[in-house]
Amino acid sequence: MANTSERTFWDYLADVSENHSPIDFVLIADHLDKFLYGTLVTLEITVLSLLIGGVLAIPLAIARAQRQRGLNGAILSFTYFFRGTPLLVQTYLFYYGLAQFEFIRESFLWAPILSKAWWCALIAFTLNTAAYTTEFLRGAIENTPRGEIEAARACGMSRLTLLWRIILPSAFRRALPAYSNEVIFMLHSSVVLSTITIQDILGVGRWLNGRYYLAYEGFITAMIFYMILVFIISRGFRWWENRWLAHLRPRPLLSTQ
Amino acid sequence: MPLKKLLLPLLTTIFMLSSAVTYAGDSLRVGVEGAYPPFSWKEADGTLKGFDIDFAHEVCKRLNKECVLVEQEWDGMIPALLARKFDTIIASMSITEERKKKVDFTVKYYNTPAMLVAKKNPGFDDTADGLKYKRVGVQRATTHQCSAEKLYPDAEIVLYATQEEVWQDLSTGRLDAQLSDSLQALEGFLKLDAGKGFDFLGGAIDDPQCQGIGAGFAVRKKDTTLRDALSKAIGDIRADGTYKTLNDKYFEIDVYGS
Repeated sequence: MANTSERTFWDYLADVSENHSPIDFVLIADHLDKFLYGTLVTLEITVLSLLIGGVLAIPLAIARAQRQRGLNGAILSFTYFFRGTPLLVQTYLFYYGLAQFEFIRESFLWAPILSKAWWCALIAFTLNTAAYTTEFLRGAIENTPRGEIEAARACGMSRLTLLWRIILPSAFRRALPAYSNEVIFMLHSSVVLSTITIQDILGVGRWLNGRYYLAYEGFITAMIFYMILVFIISRGFRWWENRWLAHLRPRPLLSTQ
Repeated sequence: MPLKKLLLPLLTTIFMLSSAVTYAGDSLRVGVEGAYPPFSWKEADGTLKGFDIDFAHEVCKRLNKECVLVEQEWDGMIPALLARKFDTIIASMSITEERKKKVDFTVKYYNTPAMLVAKKNPGFDDTADGLKYKRVGVQRATTHQCSAEKLYPDAEIVLYATQEEVWQDLSTGRLDAQLSDSLQALEGFLKLDAGKGFDFLGGAIDDPQCQGIGAGFAVRKKDTTLRDALSKAIGDIRADGTYKTLNDKYFEIDVYGS
Protein backbone atom coordinates (compact mmCIF):
# COMPACT_ATOMS: atom_id res chain seq x y z
CA MET A 1 0.00 0.00 0.00
CA ALA A 2 2.73 2.36 0.98
CA ASN A 3 4.40 1.73 -2.32
CA THR A 4 1.50 2.70 -4.53
CA SER A 5 0.62 5.91 -2.72
CA GLU A 6 4.21 7.06 -2.44
CA ARG A 7 5.25 9.55 -5.04
CA THR A 8 8.68 9.33 -6.49
CA PHE A 9 11.01 12.32 -6.35
CA TRP A 10 10.44 12.93 -10.06
CA ASP A 11 6.65 13.07 -9.71
CA TYR A 12 7.13 15.55 -6.92
CA LEU A 13 9.52 17.67 -9.01
CA ALA A 14 7.10 17.66 -11.95
CA ASP A 15 4.24 18.71 -9.70
CA VAL A 16 6.21 21.57 -8.14
CA SER A 17 7.42 22.74 -11.55
CA GLU A 18 3.97 22.77 -13.05
CA ASN A 19 1.88 24.13 -10.24
CA HIS A 20 3.92 25.95 -7.65
CA SER A 21 7.09 27.34 -9.14
CA PRO A 22 8.03 29.89 -11.79
CA ILE A 23 11.01 27.68 -12.61
CA ASP A 24 10.68 24.50 -14.61
CA PHE A 25 12.87 22.07 -12.68
CA VAL A 26 12.02 19.09 -14.86
CA LEU A 27 13.36 20.82 -17.96
CA ILE A 28 16.61 21.58 -16.12
CA ALA A 29 16.89 18.04 -14.79
CA ASP A 30 16.32 16.64 -18.27
CA HIS A 31 19.27 18.58 -19.64
CA LEU A 32 21.74 18.27 -16.77
CA ASP A 33 23.99 16.10 -18.94
CA LYS A 34 24.37 18.99 -21.36
CA PHE A 35 25.33 21.29 -18.49
CA LEU A 36 27.92 18.78 -17.30
CA TYR A 37 29.35 18.63 -20.79
CA GLY A 38 29.38 22.43 -20.87
CA THR A 39 31.28 22.38 -17.58
CA LEU A 40 33.96 20.24 -19.20
CA VAL A 41 34.23 22.71 -22.10
CA THR A 42 34.50 25.67 -19.71
CA LEU A 43 37.11 23.94 -17.56
CA GLU A 44 39.12 22.71 -20.52
CA ILE A 45 39.70 26.16 -22.00
CA THR A 46 40.04 27.91 -18.65
CA VAL A 47 42.58 25.44 -17.27
CA LEU A 48 44.59 25.21 -20.49
CA SER A 49 44.80 28.98 -20.89
CA LEU A 50 45.80 29.39 -17.23
CA LEU A 51 48.53 26.75 -17.59
CA ILE A 52 50.00 28.08 -20.82
CA GLY A 53 49.53 31.70 -19.79
CA GLY A 54 51.15 31.01 -16.43
CA VAL A 55 54.19 29.39 -17.99
CA LEU A 56 54.52 32.30 -20.44
CA ALA A 57 54.24 34.79 -17.60
CA ILE A 58 57.26 33.51 -15.64
CA PRO A 59 60.04 34.61 -18.06
CA LEU A 60 58.10 37.78 -18.90
CA ALA A 61 57.81 38.69 -15.22
CA ILE A 62 61.52 38.06 -14.63
CA ALA A 63 62.47 40.23 -17.60
CA ARG A 64 60.17 42.99 -16.35
CA ALA A 65 61.47 42.80 -12.80
CA GLN A 66 65.07 42.99 -13.95
CA ARG A 67 64.27 45.85 -16.34
CA GLN A 68 65.83 44.02 -19.28
CA ARG A 69 66.74 46.64 -21.85
CA GLY A 70 64.51 46.46 -24.93
CA LEU A 71 62.44 43.57 -23.62
CA ASN A 72 60.94 45.55 -20.77
CA GLY A 73 59.21 48.09 -23.02
CA ALA A 74 57.83 45.43 -25.35
CA ILE A 75 56.46 43.34 -22.48
CA LEU A 76 54.98 46.42 -20.84
CA SER A 77 53.09 47.30 -24.05
CA PHE A 78 51.84 43.72 -24.25
CA THR A 79 50.55 43.64 -20.67
CA TYR A 80 49.20 47.19 -20.98
CA PHE A 81 47.19 46.27 -24.06
CA PHE A 82 45.76 43.03 -22.71
CA ARG A 83 45.01 44.43 -19.25
CA GLY A 84 43.60 47.65 -20.63
CA THR A 85 41.01 46.18 -22.99
CA PRO A 86 38.05 43.90 -22.27
CA LEU A 87 38.51 40.18 -22.86
CA LEU A 88 35.30 40.14 -24.91
CA VAL A 89 36.76 42.60 -27.40
CA GLN A 90 40.04 40.69 -27.55
CA THR A 91 38.19 37.45 -28.27
CA TYR A 92 36.05 39.10 -30.97
CA LEU A 93 39.23 40.48 -32.50
CA PHE A 94 40.67 36.98 -32.83
CA TYR A 95 37.43 35.31 -33.91
CA TYR A 96 35.58 37.80 -36.12
CA GLY A 97 38.36 40.34 -36.74
CA LEU A 98 41.08 38.10 -38.16
CA ALA A 99 38.56 36.29 -40.38
CA GLN A 100 37.98 39.50 -42.34
CA PHE A 101 41.42 39.35 -43.94
CA GLU A 102 41.77 37.35 -47.13
CA PHE A 103 45.45 36.55 -46.53
CA ILE A 104 44.65 35.09 -43.11
CA ARG A 105 41.88 32.94 -44.54
CA GLU A 106 44.34 31.63 -47.11
CA SER A 107 47.24 31.12 -44.73
CA PHE A 108 48.19 27.69 -43.44
CA LEU A 109 47.02 28.70 -39.96
CA TRP A 110 43.40 29.20 -41.02
CA ALA A 111 42.08 25.66 -41.48
CA PRO A 112 43.61 23.98 -38.43
CA ILE A 113 43.56 26.89 -35.96
CA LEU A 114 42.13 30.32 -36.72
CA SER A 115 38.91 29.05 -38.30
CA LYS A 116 38.08 27.24 -35.06
CA ALA A 117 36.32 29.14 -32.29
CA TRP A 118 38.03 26.90 -29.73
CA TRP A 119 41.53 27.93 -30.78
CA CYS A 120 40.66 31.63 -31.11
CA ALA A 121 39.31 31.56 -27.57
CA LEU A 122 42.32 29.67 -26.24
CA ILE A 123 44.75 32.18 -27.80
CA ALA A 124 42.87 35.23 -26.54
CA PHE A 125 42.39 33.79 -23.04
CA THR A 126 46.02 32.66 -22.79
CA LEU A 127 47.42 36.05 -23.76
CA ASN A 128 44.99 37.80 -21.43
CA THR A 129 45.84 35.73 -18.38
CA ALA A 130 49.56 35.85 -19.24
CA ALA A 131 49.39 39.66 -19.14
CA TYR A 132 47.74 39.78 -15.70
CA THR A 133 49.95 37.05 -14.24
CA THR A 134 53.10 38.76 -15.56
CA GLU A 135 52.30 41.97 -13.73
CA PHE A 136 51.51 40.59 -10.30
CA LEU A 137 54.35 38.10 -10.50
CA ARG A 138 56.69 41.00 -11.33
CA GLY A 139 55.37 42.79 -8.25
CA ALA A 140 56.06 39.73 -6.11
CA ILE A 141 59.59 39.34 -7.51
CA GLU A 142 60.41 43.01 -6.90
CA ASN A 143 59.17 42.77 -3.34
CA THR A 144 61.46 39.92 -2.38
CA PRO A 145 62.92 40.88 1.02
CA ARG A 146 66.46 42.19 0.53
CA GLY A 147 67.72 40.07 3.41
CA GLU A 148 66.86 36.84 1.56
CA ILE A 149 68.86 37.96 -1.47
CA GLU A 150 71.82 39.16 0.57
CA ALA A 151 71.94 35.92 2.49
CA ALA A 152 71.91 33.93 -0.74
CA ARG A 153 74.69 36.09 -2.18
CA ALA A 154 76.71 35.63 0.96
CA CYS A 155 76.43 31.88 0.43
CA GLY A 156 78.00 32.39 -2.98
CA MET A 157 75.00 31.61 -5.16
CA SER A 158 75.21 32.51 -8.83
CA ARG A 159 72.52 34.78 -10.30
CA LEU A 160 70.69 31.84 -11.84
CA THR A 161 70.77 29.74 -8.70
CA LEU A 162 69.63 32.77 -6.73
CA LEU A 163 66.67 33.19 -9.08
CA TRP A 164 65.79 29.54 -9.13
CA ARG A 165 66.34 28.64 -5.47
CA ILE A 166 65.42 31.84 -3.66
CA ILE A 167 63.60 34.55 -5.62
CA LEU A 168 61.08 32.52 -7.64
CA PRO A 169 59.91 30.14 -4.90
CA SER A 170 59.51 33.05 -2.54
CA ALA A 171 57.70 35.15 -5.16
CA PHE A 172 55.36 32.29 -6.09
CA ARG A 173 54.31 31.90 -2.50
CA ARG A 174 53.57 35.56 -2.07
CA ALA A 175 51.75 35.75 -5.43
CA LEU A 176 49.49 32.83 -4.56
CA PRO A 177 46.57 34.82 -3.09
CA ALA A 178 46.56 37.15 -6.12
CA TYR A 179 46.73 34.13 -8.39
CA SER A 180 43.65 32.54 -6.83
CA ASN A 181 41.77 35.72 -7.75
CA GLU A 182 43.08 35.51 -11.30
CA VAL A 183 41.89 31.90 -11.60
CA ILE A 184 38.40 32.83 -10.44
CA PHE A 185 38.35 35.89 -12.70
CA MET A 186 39.31 33.71 -15.65
CA LEU A 187 36.53 31.28 -14.85
CA HIS A 188 34.04 34.15 -14.72
CA SER A 189 35.41 35.67 -17.92
CA SER A 190 35.12 32.35 -19.71
CA VAL A 191 31.43 33.14 -20.33
CA VAL A 192 32.79 35.04 -23.33
CA LEU A 193 33.04 31.59 -24.94
CA SER A 194 29.28 31.44 -25.44
CA THR A 195 29.39 34.58 -27.62
CA ILE A 196 31.60 32.87 -30.18
CA THR A 197 29.44 29.77 -30.59
CA ILE A 198 31.17 27.55 -28.00
CA GLN A 199 28.78 25.52 -25.85
CA ASP A 200 30.28 26.27 -22.44
CA ILE A 201 28.16 26.37 -19.28
CA LEU A 202 26.50 29.66 -20.20
CA GLY A 203 26.24 28.52 -23.83
CA VAL A 204 24.19 25.52 -22.71
CA GLY A 205 22.08 27.82 -20.52
CA ARG A 206 21.38 30.08 -23.46
CA TRP A 207 20.65 27.05 -25.64
CA LEU A 208 18.07 25.85 -23.10
CA ASN A 209 16.48 29.31 -22.90
CA GLY A 210 16.41 29.54 -26.68
CA ARG A 211 15.03 26.09 -27.25
CA TYR A 212 12.11 26.50 -24.86
CA TYR A 213 11.73 30.32 -24.90
CA LEU A 214 12.55 30.61 -21.21
CA ALA A 215 13.74 33.70 -19.38
CA TYR A 216 15.97 32.42 -16.60
CA GLU A 217 16.01 28.64 -16.13
CA GLY A 218 19.17 28.36 -18.23
CA PHE A 219 20.86 31.30 -16.51
CA ILE A 220 20.07 30.13 -12.98
CA THR A 221 21.35 26.64 -13.69
CA ALA A 222 24.52 28.08 -15.24
CA MET A 223 24.94 30.32 -12.20
CA ILE A 224 24.77 27.38 -9.82
CA PHE A 225 27.36 25.50 -11.85
CA TYR A 226 29.73 28.48 -11.75
CA MET A 227 29.18 28.87 -8.01
CA ILE A 228 30.07 25.24 -7.38
CA LEU A 229 33.24 25.60 -9.46
CA VAL A 230 34.28 28.79 -7.65
CA PHE A 231 33.64 27.11 -4.31
CA ILE A 232 35.91 24.20 -5.23
CA ILE A 233 38.63 26.49 -6.58
CA SER A 234 38.68 28.80 -3.58
CA ARG A 235 38.74 25.81 -1.21
CA GLY A 236 41.65 24.36 -3.17
CA PHE A 237 43.62 27.57 -2.99
CA ARG A 238 42.98 27.99 0.72
CA TRP A 239 44.40 24.54 1.33
CA TRP A 240 47.36 25.37 -0.87
CA GLU A 241 47.98 28.68 0.87
CA ASN A 242 47.88 26.98 4.25
CA ARG A 243 50.64 24.66 3.13
CA TRP A 244 52.78 27.10 1.23
CA LEU A 245 52.37 30.22 3.29
CA ALA A 246 52.54 28.54 6.67
CA HIS A 247 55.81 30.35 7.43
CA LEU A 248 54.10 33.75 7.02
CA ARG A 249 51.37 33.08 9.55
CA PRO A 250 51.73 34.94 12.83
CA ARG A 251 53.29 32.58 15.31
CA PRO A 252 52.12 32.18 18.86
CA LEU A 253 54.45 33.98 21.22
CA LEU A 254 56.49 31.75 23.42
CA SER A 255 55.95 32.99 26.88
CA THR A 256 57.66 31.97 30.04
CA GLN A 257 55.51 31.66 33.04
CA MET B 1 26.21 71.16 2.30
CA PRO B 2 26.12 70.23 -1.39
CA LEU B 3 24.76 66.78 -0.83
CA LYS B 4 21.53 67.95 0.75
CA LYS B 5 21.05 70.66 -1.85
CA LEU B 6 21.47 68.07 -4.56
CA LEU B 7 19.01 65.69 -3.07
CA LEU B 8 15.80 67.53 -3.88
CA PRO B 9 16.47 68.22 -7.58
CA LEU B 10 17.76 64.69 -7.91
CA LEU B 11 14.62 63.18 -6.46
CA THR B 12 12.47 65.47 -8.56
CA THR B 13 14.30 64.41 -11.70
CA ILE B 14 13.97 60.75 -10.87
CA PHE B 15 10.28 61.22 -10.16
CA MET B 16 9.72 63.08 -13.41
CA LEU B 17 11.64 60.50 -15.41
CA SER B 18 9.78 57.61 -13.91
CA SER B 19 6.41 59.27 -14.43
CA ALA B 20 7.39 60.00 -18.02
CA VAL B 21 7.90 56.29 -18.49
CA THR B 22 4.69 55.19 -16.85
CA TYR B 23 2.47 57.80 -18.46
CA ALA B 24 3.75 57.54 -21.99
CA GLY B 25 0.27 58.50 -23.13
CA ASP B 26 -1.58 56.47 -25.69
CA SER B 27 1.38 54.61 -27.07
CA LEU B 28 2.06 51.10 -28.26
CA ARG B 29 5.45 49.75 -27.25
CA VAL B 30 6.71 47.41 -29.95
CA GLY B 31 9.59 45.01 -29.50
CA VAL B 32 11.78 44.87 -32.62
CA GLU B 33 15.13 43.26 -33.38
CA GLY B 34 17.09 45.47 -35.78
CA ALA B 35 19.55 42.84 -37.02
CA TYR B 36 17.48 41.04 -39.64
CA PRO B 37 17.53 42.87 -42.99
CA PRO B 38 15.40 43.52 -44.98
CA PHE B 39 12.77 42.97 -42.28
CA SER B 40 14.50 45.12 -39.73
CA TRP B 41 17.91 46.70 -39.56
CA LYS B 42 19.63 49.67 -38.00
CA GLU B 43 21.08 52.53 -40.01
CA ALA B 44 24.43 54.04 -39.05
CA ASP B 45 22.62 56.96 -37.39
CA GLY B 46 20.66 54.54 -35.18
CA THR B 47 17.28 54.72 -36.91
CA LEU B 48 15.46 51.45 -37.48
CA LYS B 49 14.36 50.52 -40.98
CA GLY B 50 12.74 47.57 -42.73
CA PHE B 51 9.54 45.74 -43.54
CA ASP B 52 8.78 44.91 -39.89
CA ILE B 53 9.42 48.51 -38.86
CA ASP B 54 7.20 49.96 -41.60
CA PHE B 55 4.53 47.44 -40.69
CA ALA B 56 4.74 48.46 -37.04
CA HIS B 57 4.31 52.15 -37.89
CA GLU B 58 1.35 51.38 -40.18
CA VAL B 59 -0.35 49.30 -37.49
CA CYS B 60 0.18 51.97 -34.83
CA LYS B 61 -1.34 54.55 -37.16
CA ARG B 62 -4.43 52.42 -37.59
CA LEU B 63 -4.79 51.85 -33.85
CA ASN B 64 -4.37 55.60 -33.32
CA LYS B 65 -1.39 55.06 -31.09
CA GLU B 66 2.07 56.46 -30.94
CA CYS B 67 4.67 53.82 -31.84
CA VAL B 68 7.50 53.34 -29.34
CA LEU B 69 10.01 50.95 -30.86
CA VAL B 70 11.99 48.99 -28.27
CA GLU B 71 15.07 47.16 -29.48
CA GLN B 72 15.59 43.72 -28.00
CA GLU B 73 18.07 40.93 -28.60
CA TRP B 74 16.34 38.04 -30.28
CA ASP B 75 16.84 35.31 -27.70
CA GLY B 76 15.32 37.50 -24.99
CA MET B 77 12.34 38.60 -27.06
CA ILE B 78 9.57 36.51 -25.47
CA PRO B 79 10.89 36.88 -21.90
CA ALA B 80 11.00 40.67 -22.44
CA LEU B 81 7.40 40.71 -23.67
CA LEU B 82 6.33 38.75 -20.59
CA ALA B 83 8.31 41.15 -18.41
CA ARG B 84 6.29 44.05 -19.91
CA LYS B 85 9.22 45.77 -21.55
CA PHE B 86 6.87 46.19 -24.50
CA ASP B 87 3.32 45.22 -25.47
CA THR B 88 3.78 43.37 -28.73
CA ILE B 89 6.56 41.79 -30.79
CA ILE B 90 6.76 42.75 -34.46
CA ALA B 91 9.94 40.97 -35.45
CA SER B 92 9.22 38.27 -38.03
CA MET B 93 8.32 35.84 -35.28
CA SER B 94 6.83 32.59 -36.56
CA ILE B 95 3.62 31.35 -34.99
CA THR B 96 4.50 27.94 -33.49
CA GLU B 97 2.90 25.63 -30.95
CA GLU B 98 5.95 25.83 -28.68
CA ARG B 99 5.76 29.64 -28.53
CA LYS B 100 1.97 29.57 -28.09
CA LYS B 101 2.58 27.96 -24.71
CA LYS B 102 4.09 31.28 -23.61
CA VAL B 103 2.38 33.99 -25.71
CA ASP B 104 -0.57 34.66 -27.99
CA PHE B 105 -0.30 35.50 -31.67
CA THR B 106 -2.25 37.62 -34.14
CA VAL B 107 -3.03 36.28 -37.59
CA LYS B 108 0.04 35.97 -39.82
CA TYR B 109 1.35 39.00 -41.66
CA TYR B 110 3.71 37.09 -43.92
CA ASN B 111 4.84 33.56 -44.57
CA THR B 112 7.99 32.58 -46.40
CA PRO B 113 9.66 29.17 -46.28
CA ALA B 114 12.93 28.31 -44.56
CA MET B 115 15.80 27.03 -46.70
CA LEU B 116 19.39 25.92 -46.34
CA VAL B 117 22.18 28.04 -47.80
CA ALA B 118 25.62 26.67 -48.65
CA LYS B 119 28.45 27.18 -51.12
CA LYS B 120 27.47 26.53 -54.75
CA ASN B 121 28.02 22.83 -55.51
CA PRO B 122 29.03 22.03 -51.92
CA GLY B 123 29.53 18.33 -52.53
CA PHE B 124 26.76 17.27 -50.15
CA ASP B 125 22.96 17.35 -50.31
CA ASP B 126 20.27 18.66 -47.99
CA THR B 127 19.35 15.32 -46.40
CA ALA B 128 20.15 14.29 -42.85
CA ASP B 129 22.76 11.96 -44.31
CA GLY B 130 24.33 14.63 -46.51
CA LEU B 131 24.68 16.98 -43.57
CA LYS B 132 26.18 14.36 -41.27
CA TYR B 133 29.19 15.83 -39.41
CA LYS B 134 28.69 19.15 -41.21
CA ARG B 135 28.62 22.43 -39.34
CA VAL B 136 25.17 23.99 -39.73
CA GLY B 137 24.64 27.50 -38.34
CA VAL B 138 21.33 28.82 -37.00
CA GLN B 139 20.23 31.79 -34.96
CA ARG B 140 19.50 30.86 -31.36
CA ALA B 141 15.84 30.62 -30.23
CA THR B 142 14.47 30.55 -33.77
CA THR B 143 12.24 28.05 -35.53
CA HIS B 144 15.37 27.18 -37.50
CA GLN B 145 17.18 26.01 -34.37
CA CYS B 146 14.20 23.74 -33.73
CA SER B 147 14.15 22.40 -37.32
CA ALA B 148 17.91 21.95 -37.61
CA GLU B 149 18.18 19.99 -34.36
CA LYS B 150 15.30 17.79 -35.47
CA LEU B 151 16.05 17.27 -39.18
CA TYR B 152 19.85 16.99 -39.03
CA PRO B 153 20.53 15.01 -35.85
CA ASP B 154 24.07 14.10 -36.89
CA ALA B 155 25.12 17.58 -37.95
CA GLU B 156 26.97 19.93 -35.62
CA ILE B 157 24.42 22.68 -34.96
CA VAL B 158 26.20 25.98 -34.25
CA LEU B 159 24.19 28.66 -32.44
CA TYR B 160 24.49 32.42 -32.94
CA ALA B 161 22.88 35.41 -31.24
CA THR B 162 22.06 37.22 -34.50
CA GLN B 163 21.48 36.11 -38.08
CA GLU B 164 24.19 38.56 -39.20
CA GLU B 165 26.80 36.56 -37.27
CA VAL B 166 25.59 33.41 -39.04
CA TRP B 167 26.19 35.05 -42.43
CA GLN B 168 29.59 36.25 -41.32
CA ASP B 169 30.75 32.76 -40.36
CA LEU B 170 29.18 31.16 -43.44
CA SER B 171 31.02 33.57 -45.74
CA THR B 172 34.38 32.95 -44.05
CA GLY B 173 33.92 29.19 -44.39
CA ARG B 174 33.54 28.38 -40.70
CA LEU B 175 30.12 26.89 -41.46
CA ASP B 176 29.29 24.34 -44.13
CA ALA B 177 25.66 25.43 -44.33
CA GLN B 178 23.05 27.47 -42.51
CA LEU B 179 19.29 27.33 -42.13
CA SER B 180 17.13 30.47 -42.14
CA ASP B 181 14.23 32.24 -43.78
CA SER B 182 14.67 32.02 -47.56
CA LEU B 183 13.66 35.61 -48.22
CA GLN B 184 15.95 37.00 -45.56
CA ALA B 185 18.72 34.83 -47.02
CA LEU B 186 18.09 36.18 -50.50
CA GLU B 187 17.85 39.86 -49.59
CA GLY B 188 20.17 39.91 -46.60
CA PHE B 189 22.99 37.75 -47.97
CA LEU B 190 22.81 36.09 -51.40
CA LYS B 191 22.23 39.36 -53.25
CA LEU B 192 25.14 41.06 -51.48
CA ASP B 193 28.86 40.85 -52.27
CA ALA B 194 29.48 38.63 -49.27
CA GLY B 195 26.99 36.11 -50.66
CA LYS B 196 28.77 35.57 -53.96
CA GLY B 197 29.50 31.92 -54.57
CA PHE B 198 26.68 30.83 -52.24
CA ASP B 199 23.25 29.47 -53.12
CA PHE B 200 20.21 27.74 -51.68
CA LEU B 201 20.71 24.06 -50.96
CA GLY B 202 17.67 21.88 -51.62
CA GLY B 203 14.07 23.07 -51.41
CA ALA B 204 11.83 24.64 -48.81
CA ILE B 205 11.98 23.00 -45.38
CA ASP B 206 8.87 20.94 -44.72
CA ASP B 207 8.56 21.01 -40.95
CA PRO B 208 5.29 22.66 -39.87
CA GLN B 209 5.80 21.53 -36.26
CA CYS B 210 8.89 23.67 -35.85
CA GLN B 211 8.35 26.26 -38.56
CA GLY B 212 4.75 27.13 -37.72
CA ILE B 213 2.26 28.87 -39.95
CA GLY B 214 3.89 32.16 -40.85
CA ALA B 215 4.97 35.19 -38.89
CA GLY B 216 2.61 37.08 -36.58
CA PHE B 217 2.74 39.68 -33.83
CA ALA B 218 3.09 38.21 -30.36
CA VAL B 219 1.20 39.60 -27.34
CA ARG B 220 0.86 38.52 -23.72
CA LYS B 221 -1.88 35.92 -23.21
CA LYS B 222 -4.15 38.25 -21.26
CA ASP B 223 -4.09 41.02 -23.88
CA THR B 224 -6.83 39.59 -26.07
CA THR B 225 -8.26 43.03 -26.93
CA LEU B 226 -4.89 44.17 -28.23
CA ARG B 227 -4.43 40.89 -30.08
CA ASP B 228 -7.76 41.23 -31.86
CA ALA B 229 -7.18 44.89 -32.69
CA LEU B 230 -3.78 44.01 -34.18
CA SER B 231 -5.24 41.09 -36.15
CA LYS B 232 -7.93 43.37 -37.55
CA ALA B 233 -5.30 45.96 -38.53
CA ILE B 234 -3.30 43.28 -40.37
CA GLY B 235 -6.45 42.18 -42.21
CA ASP B 236 -7.27 45.76 -43.19
CA ILE B 237 -3.73 46.45 -44.37
CA ARG B 238 -3.86 43.35 -46.53
CA ALA B 239 -7.35 44.15 -47.88
CA ASP B 240 -7.01 47.82 -48.79
CA GLY B 241 -3.82 47.50 -50.80
CA THR B 242 -1.43 49.09 -48.27
CA TYR B 243 0.19 45.69 -47.94
CA LYS B 244 1.22 45.73 -51.59
CA THR B 245 2.89 49.13 -51.18
CA LEU B 246 4.84 47.94 -48.13
CA ASN B 247 5.65 44.63 -49.80
CA ASP B 248 6.87 46.10 -53.08
CA LYS B 249 9.18 48.51 -51.31
CA TYR B 250 11.30 45.54 -50.23
CA PHE B 251 10.42 42.43 -52.21
CA GLU B 252 9.83 41.29 -55.76
CA ILE B 253 7.40 38.57 -54.72
CA ASP B 254 4.30 38.75 -52.54
CA VAL B 255 5.54 37.59 -49.13
CA TYR B 256 2.06 37.08 -47.66
CA GLY B 257 2.21 33.48 -48.84
CA SER B 258 -0.60 31.02 -49.20
